[in-house]
Amino acid sequence: MSIAESAVARAVTASFACGHCGLDVPPGLVDESAERQFCCHGCRAVYAVIHEHGLDRYYAFRAEAEAVPQPASPTGRSYTELDDPGFQARACWMTSDGLAATELYLEGVHCAACVWLVERLPSLVPGLVEVRLDLPRSRALVRWDARAVTLSAAARQLDALGYRAHPSRGLEAQALRRREDRRMLARIGLAGAAAANVMAIAFALYGGFFHGMEPEYASLFRWASLAVTVPAMVWGGGVFFRGAWSALRVRALHMDLPISVGLLAGFAHGAVNTVRGVGDVYFDSVTALIFLLLAGRYVQRRQQRVAADSAELLASLAPSAARLIEEEVREVPIEALLPGSRVEVRAGDTVPADGVITAGRSALDLSLLTGESRPTDAGPGDRVHAGTVNLSSRLEVVVERIGEDTRVGRLVKLVEEYGRRRAPIALLADRIAGHFVAAVLVLAALTFALWARVDVGRAVDHAVALLIVTCPCALALATPLALSAAIGQAARAGFLIKGADVLEKLTRPGRMWLDKTGTLTEGRAALLEWWGDPGIKMLAAAAEAHSSHPLARALVAAVTPAPDVPVAIVETQGGGIEGTVAGRAVLLGSPAFVRARTGALPPEFERCARELPADGLTPVLVAVDGAVVGAAGFGDPLREDASAALARVRRRGWRVGILSGDDPVVVGSIGRRLGLGPEDCRGGVSPEGKLRAVEDEPAGGSVVMVGDGVNDAAALAGATVGIAVHGGAEAALAAADVFIAHPGIARVADLLDGAGRAMRTVRRNLVLSLCYNAAGAALAMAGFINPVMAAVLMPLSSITVIAHSYRARSFARPEPPPCR
Amino acid sequence: MYVLLPVALIFAAVALGVFVWAALSGQYDDLHTPALRILHEDEPAKPVRPER
Repeated sequence: MSIAESAVARAVTASFACGHCGLDVPPGLVDESAERQFCCHGCRAVYAVIHEHGLDRYYAFRAEAEAVPQPASPTGRSYTELDDPGFQARACWMTSDGLAATELYLEGVHCAACVWLVERLPSLVPGLVEVRLDLPRSRALVRWDARAVTLSAAARQLDALGYRAHPSRGLEAQALRRREDRRMLARIGLAGAAAANVMAIAFALYGGFFHGMEPEYASLFRWASLAVTVPAMVWGGGVFFRGAWSALRVRALHMDLPISVGLLAGFAHGAVNTVRGVGDVYFDSVTALIFLLLAGRYVQRRQQRVAADSAELLASLAPSAARLIEEEVREVPIEALLPGSRVEVRAGDTVPADGVITAGRSALDLSLLTGESRPTDAGPGDRVHAGTVNLSSRLEVVVERIGEDTRVGRLVKLVEEYGRRRAPIALLADRIAGHFVAAVLVLAALTFALWARVDVGRAVDHAVALLIVTCPCALALATPLALSAAIGQAARAGFLIKGADVLEKLTRPGRMWLDKTGTLTEGRAALLEWWGDPGIKMLAAAAEAHSSHPLARALVAAVTPAPDVPVAIVETQGGGIEGTVAGRAVLLGSPAFVRARTGALPPEFERCARELPADGLTPVLVAVDGAVVGAAGFGDPLREDASAALARVRRRGWRVGILSGDDPVVVGSIGRRLGLGPEDCRGGVSPEGKLRAVEDEPAGGSVVMVGDGVNDAAALAGATVGIAVHGGAEAALAAADVFIAHPGIARVADLLDGAGRAMRTVRRNLVLSLCYNAAGAALAMAGFINPVMAAVLMPLSSITVIAHSYRARSFARPEPPPCR
Repeated sequence: MYVLLPVALIFAAVALGVFVWAALSGQYDDLHTPALRILHEDEPAKPVRPER
């Protein structure tokens, strides 16, 4: 079904889908005569650009990709700071064919259709040679002909398509990490290949053990496996030896130490036997161990890289240009600002640095710092922060702090620091592995000592059999396999989990902090209380039908069907509206506004005006023909499933609380409705305060932060587990360990259930492999198993573990949402 | 056997060499986007590449 057809289908149900993003179009913006409807100017503008260039296929691709709808918001900025020579010297480079290249971070790329659209850019901007998008990292590699076109032209075109381009910061650190990642992958390849080949040769050796083999061939096989093992030891095992060495130098105990000892002992023993030409070699075990351990390391590294990437994402979001006021105003890269510079911030611009307003008065969107999108007024003398958005009129600001010293800059540093510093908890498998290795070594020594009294040759045989039968393959596979299977299922069920340890942490109940706006509530105003005749409500809604004020929209949305009556209205800034509706004089606004026009309020409505704010609601009074006859209470409605979901979370033993940047009264009222004590409801909390709250939680159990905004990012990174919910800001998604792709707070409870099931699978796996190893060890000690039988039996335990991991169902697919 | 074994190992070494080269030259950096890109390439209206 094409977008146009689906728009028609929606129209039958009396609501319109936006022609660009697919969200519902507010009734006030519906233009019945137009072919396509749009939810906002941004979407309209972006559609025009896409259509004009014949790129309508984008919508077909998007329909296939099942993307999350998001309204587009082109800024119309000039992006000239990207052409600044200083910036170009720092962030751009020349490729061998004489083209300039750089990496841009793109906001708003989500799906396959975005990849298509972004990579079509060269056909829109002549001189631009290539754009390659790396979707998971939201980064685009741009190559262009510097003589034919400027980078800012490309950025402007991207902006017009609804993708805001930011210069990618920290390019060098990224390149370094990427190189290290690649080397690690190559090491794993080498170790894996070595393990497989040595294993094949080992089978030949075992076969020789059964059926007899010429000593010269046995010797050849030993030398061959030695030859294959050496590079795996040097290049692959080197990671562990270096780690162990640096741990030794600072006299610290580290996991690498026992690993290194084991690897070196196994290798030395095998090498000696190879030279001597008698006895067994354990090269197969040694190489398999290197391979499995390296693979584990790689997974761990990737988690750390995600943390670093998220911090850079936050940094990239900070504005990159400022309008410096000198003799005349000019756009400069943000690095050119100094404390004391005077900058201009136009309406719609992002404040470039922390500073003090010297001229102008405007409303600011502080959602970056508070999570609340309600505008805040500011005037001369007020302090403004980088990253907040100037909404209504021009401001002049004297810069006080820039770059990393700004509040946002410090937040970025915190996210980075916490991502890196987060203590790796001793995972179940690690703790068991340590004991396991020690136990095996003791048992092997015991076996040898006991059998040595009978016959030294058989003693060696039995000890080796024990070592082989207890090869920790199954044990090493038990946890990662069960967890990766669970994470795969979780992804299909709409939970994107960034690290395997997250699931284990979620099964240790402690404290769960939730953000309010957008997480527990829907993040929009709605009519929650109404006093008065329903007919009055219709009149009020009719009066507000053409206002764009959020409360007006909420009132209109609460009245269906929309009343169709003649209306003549005057909107008064900062208070309310008045006019005539169906021939009656209607007055509508804040209590102060209404009181100023009608005089003292009737007692019951005076009580409404007093009590609604105490419940965290915004009161609006309605007067008809000069008498107050209705009162409305507006607020951000709780999500339907919030109460039940929190009850489920609490039944699992978590202590639940709210951390919000919103007013404490509002937070308290929401908390009361959810049955939370006042000590668990904290309002007016800054981003730094959220982080402190998460940090100050007493030890014992995990601390989980659930949030959606940039102001939650530091707390998400600082918590044991950060969970970003559906619809969250990109920086929050990047800082969190889990992203929930489906709406609803019940998903958080589902996640805890799934984590519990996954960890039960892990435990069963560990028990299975330990039982197998214990049985094998007992048989080997008793002398019932020779090395060959042990080598054949060994894979059985691994297969058991693999089958069990993939059979387990930790996360079920959620019910599909009902069709509209 | 003295011939077969080294030959087999050389094959393995060549395959490994190719993998190491691919990994080090960054072909495994982004495993997600190329899979989406291939769905787009065969469209009828191929974008006009600028002359150079």
